[in-house]
Amino acid sequence: MAAEIATSEERQARVTGGDLLRALGREPVVLLAVVFLVALAIAAGFASWLAPYDPLMPNIFAGRLPPFSEAKGMTGAVQFHVLGTDALGRDMLTRLMFGAQASVAVGVVAVAISGTIGTVLGLVAGYYGGRAETLIMRTVDGVMAVPSLLIALFVLSLVGGGLVNMVLIFAFVRWVVYARLARGITLSYRQSSFVEAARSIGATDGRIIFRHILPNMLSPLLVLGTLEIALLILAEAGLSFLGFGLQPPEPSWGLMIARGREYLREAWWMITFPGLAIFLTTLSLNLLANWLRTITDPVQRWRWLI
Amino acid sequence: MIANVLGGYFMRRLIGSAVMLFIVMSAVFVADRNIGDPARMILGDTGTEADVLELRLRMGLEDPWHVQYGRFVAGLVTFDLGETFRYGISKPLAHGGIPESRATLPIAAERLPATFLLTGVAIALSVLVALPLGIWAAVRPRTIGDRLVNVLSLAGVSIVEYWFALILILLFAVQLDWLPTSGYGTAAHVILPALALSLRPIGRITQIARSSMLDELAKPYVTAARGRGIPISKIASVHALKNAAIPVVTTIGEETINVITGVIIIETVFGWPGIGALTVDALKIRDVPLIEATIFLLVLMVLSINLVVDLLYALLNPRVRLG
Repeated sequence: MAAEIATSEERQARVTGGDLLRALGREPVVLLAVVFLVALAIAAGFASWLAPYDPLMPNIFAGRLPPFSEAKGMTGAVQFHVLGTDALGRDMLTRLMFGAQASVAVGVVAVAISGTIGTVLGLVAGYYGGRAETLIMRTVDGVMAVPSLLIALFVLSLVGGGLVNMVLIFAFVRWVVYARLARGITLSYRQSSFVEAARSIGATDGRIIFRHILPNMLSPLLVLGTLEIALLILAEAGLSFLGFGLQPPEPSWGLMIARGREYLREAWWMITFPGLAIFLTTLSLNLLANWLRTITDPVQRWRWLI
Repeated sequence: MIANVLGGYFMRRLIGSAVMLFIVMSAVFVADRNIGDPARMILGDTGTEADVLELRLRMGLEDPWHVQYGRFVAGLVTFDLGETFRYGISKPLAHGGIPESRATLPIAAERLPATFLLTGVAIALSVLVALPLGIWAAVRPRTIGDRLVNVLSLAGVSIVEYWFALILILLFAVQLDWLPTSGYGTAAHVILPALALSLRPIGRITQIARSSMLDELAKPYVTAARGRGIPISKIASVHALKNAAIPVVTTIGEETINVITGVIIIETVFGWPGIGALTVDALKIRDVPLIEATIFLLVLMVLSINLVVDLLYALLNPRVRLG
């Protein structure tokens, strides 16, 4: 009897995947954003199989063709370019899909690294306090005082661009936001009764931190991580646009805009589509983060789930 | 008494900012000394060994590192960050030998007014649009209008500034021929770059203004005022606005800093002669003293804005300055 009551309470407290989907169905704009992100992930992940043409191979018969053009390929076969071609005759849609790979890779990997490092350091700072906290939080303040884009720009100009360098630099400049969040939440839980209780029955520090405190900050971390992916995709494109990020012939959305800028008057599609791709991706991520924040907030959650 | 407390707070923050600037510039110094021989970069492959050595002597690169660092620190205090041998020199390598040179900090400082103008116009535009928009949405929560403002502000935050700038150029300069594509000098030149820079701050400030006004309007004194029959628009604009202003001021400060990093790309797109475009130029040609001068000024600007925001925050919120 007692056990049954406990499980039914538990069932009420826990949000299931079905609840989430139903809540999502009531927000058509967010649903659209999620559909776009899933499609983007598939297009990026399977670009090598799904993309119609080669992203790097130039085609002298097809330079700067507008959307919905046909042209003879280098092999002689007729090619159809839904979104047109760039200055070297490469298919825009194909390059957008491979550009998505770079953007998603930089955003997701850098967020995973910086999120892990920042969260652990924030937990340590908040839980133990003392000299470790002073050292960690002073570093956080220092890195935060200088705009991330400026640090990234400076370091990239010294060490050179490329995917790996960008991921490392973004991880280095962005771990601080997670550290600040994790420390704040840890401080608010350190003196709470459930941590006290865990300690009194002999739980180790590691167990308290990772089994009792960490689960309580996963929602805000998820929201922050989503926002950070959007921020880093924008930063990657911006740095590549300036020439300090990914280097040609690597397909990158920012680089595509930079190249298209030279043909602004003649070929509007060369900047329009890569820009739209970045904009829709960041907008979708921001919409998703906004919605996640509302739905994971215990005060507001009931409004969405009933 | 308040002035005293504020003064002490200000001094502490000022010293903190100076220390921060010093640490950042030291990091830049260390990084810059590890990217190869600046003298060889200036003279190129055609420069003779003797010329390179002479230039290294003149640039002080043959001194031990602690002497170089001491000179660098002294330069920070006396606003002398070295000289460039390449930037703005008409014929740097005309006759072989050592090229002429110019001090870098004045070159960079000359660019500041243009950047201040652009940043100022962009932020003023953002605040003028975003504050009324945010308050308007807050007094009618969950209506169609509120939702529309919400999605539009998210779109503003997600905007790709330089891409939007190029679309603006394509539309208003190339197609319609109403405004110049790039350049500096008249009021018409500032419109497109300021517009491109303002969408993100408009989105952010609208969101914060809306949410902090919503929090404020839920408080008992607002209910009491409504009970007395005062219209909600008047309560919002007269009573709640001052209390809701604290997070908004912080956000405006953060967005000003974001615009200062935004100008790095936007100035490049519009050929705007500000410090952002100069930074990109200096980084592209790897002109070490010029890089140091531009980063010095950019970081100085960012730290100054942070200082002003913290001070305003303390002024608006007594709990901070007395706590």
